[in-house]
Amino acid sequence: MNATDRPLLRVERLTKRYGERFACQDVSFDLWPGEVMGVVGESGSGKTTLLNCLSARLGPDGGRVLYNTRHQGMRDIYETSEAERRLLMRTDWGLVHQNPRDGLRLAVSAGANIGERLMAVGARHYGEIRQAATDWLGRVEIDEARIDDLPRAFSGGMQQRLQIARNLVTRPRIVFMDEPTGGLDVSVQARLLDLLRELVASLGLSVVVVTHDLAVVRLLAHRLMVMRQGRVVESGLTDQVLDDPQHAYTQLLVSSVLQA
Amino acid sequence: MSGLAIEVNGLGKTFRLHTQGDVEIQVFRGLDFAVRFGECVALHGPSGCGKSTLLRALYANYAAGEGSIRVRHRDGWVDMVAAEPRAILDVRRHTMGYVSQFLRVIPRVPALEIVAEPLRVRGVDPADARRHAGDLLARLNIPERLWSLAPATFSGGEQQRVNIARGFIAPMPILLLDEPTAALDATNRAIVAELILERKAAGTAIVGIFHDAEIRNRVCDRTFAIEPFKVAA
Repeated sequence: MNATDRPLLRVERLTKRYGERFACQDVSFDLWPGEVMGVVGESGSGKTTLLNCLSARLGPDGGRVLYNTRHQGMRDIYETSEAERRLLMRTDWGLVHQNPRDGLRLAVSAGANIGERLMAVGARHYGEIRQAATDWLGRVEIDEARIDDLPRAFSGGMQQRLQIARNLVTRPRIVFMDEPTGGLDVSVQARLLDLLRELVASLGLSVVVVTHDLAVVRLLAHRLMVMRQGRVVESGLTDQVLDDPQHAYTQLLVSSVLQA
Repeated sequence: MSGLAIEVNGLGKTFRLHTQGDVEIQVFRGLDFAVRFGECVALHGPSGCGKSTLLRALYANYAAGEGSIRVRHRDGWVDMVAAEPRAILDVRRHTMGYVSQFLRVIPRVPALEIVAEPLRVRGVDPADARRHAGDLLARLNIPERLWSLAPATFSGGEQQRVNIARGFIAPMPILLLDEPTAALDATNRAIVAELILERKAAGTAIVGIFHDAEIRNRVCDRTFAIEPFKVAA
């Protein structure tokens, strides 16, 4: 059995409570290599809590998150040591925050933001690191002449593209994205979405993308999970869930989108 | 190839509109039919009888509530009603193409890339895929100066031809066509008819909705009539 015969991520009955309230309740799914899964729902539906639990940043109260590691097969990420978990986060996983300033270091240059992730996985050769940073600036459509500029001098859209480059330079297997196009102008969103679509397909990435924007999942996600009050109310093929929603809440969500 | 491509058994579809007082719209029920490789079947029936709904159910764009849609895929069969998303996506990538009535435009993506994409996801070299896409767009009379533009500003007929090119570029064993010639002039209708006949001759199983009687008579071997749903008294 080789690695592609198994899911990359297996989530079993994941539950997270804040006091008496369930933020996530009994969430289960498999994510396969190369699959992009969208998670949609209104604010407070539990989708960001779910993303935090999946990306090893928030311990669940119940259930398991199993990750198919390169050398040891399926491991419960909350059973591994802190050091192992940090290594995974540096090498195998990427995390794209809604606000790029949460995912970038604003006091160091654009090139260093990309290079830093490479150095964290052992790259030491300055010329190679700089070359990789230059290549990735190009791939995310940032002029390489800006390599020594600080990200705080960048527009919101450029910062978000820089954050994506910083994440992808180490060739992660799975990337978690929290509202990656939130807070951007519509024209900037379209460009970013197109870029993400192209990168995800060409790198064969697995992605969990949380958003409240149905247009984003329509373009990006193969599969969709609809959450409400901490529970998954519907899941399936993205176009099927959006074009023929079965659950009352999904029907409401889809019918509430304003047509431009 | 003349074996079975699609086998539909007891297929039923009901829309339940939860946000509109839980109204139930029963579209069809108990549909049985089969399509063989190398034949073209036209779905037939009055407007509103569920032709497009059936076509979308075959593609798993709509969820059929009952019955099964078995599709010949690789060396086996996949039930489009019950299969997991990733199995359905594999069928769409390698076995079943669908030409919808309207092109879903992706911002910023040029016509040539939209057409080439089904080949690229099957692993064809991007340059080869683009060349092939150009050939097909040229055959469908889309001028080369438009190839590098996103089709959002194209006319209805141009968008439909881009959509047809995208649907026909990969050699899919099964093709679903939803009024592929609705927005086209006589010259382009004839070209689409040729494309369909070529595919049929190559063994593709085709299911379509063709309002244009001339096209229907030219490309289809038979029709499948959808019985209007009768409410039990």
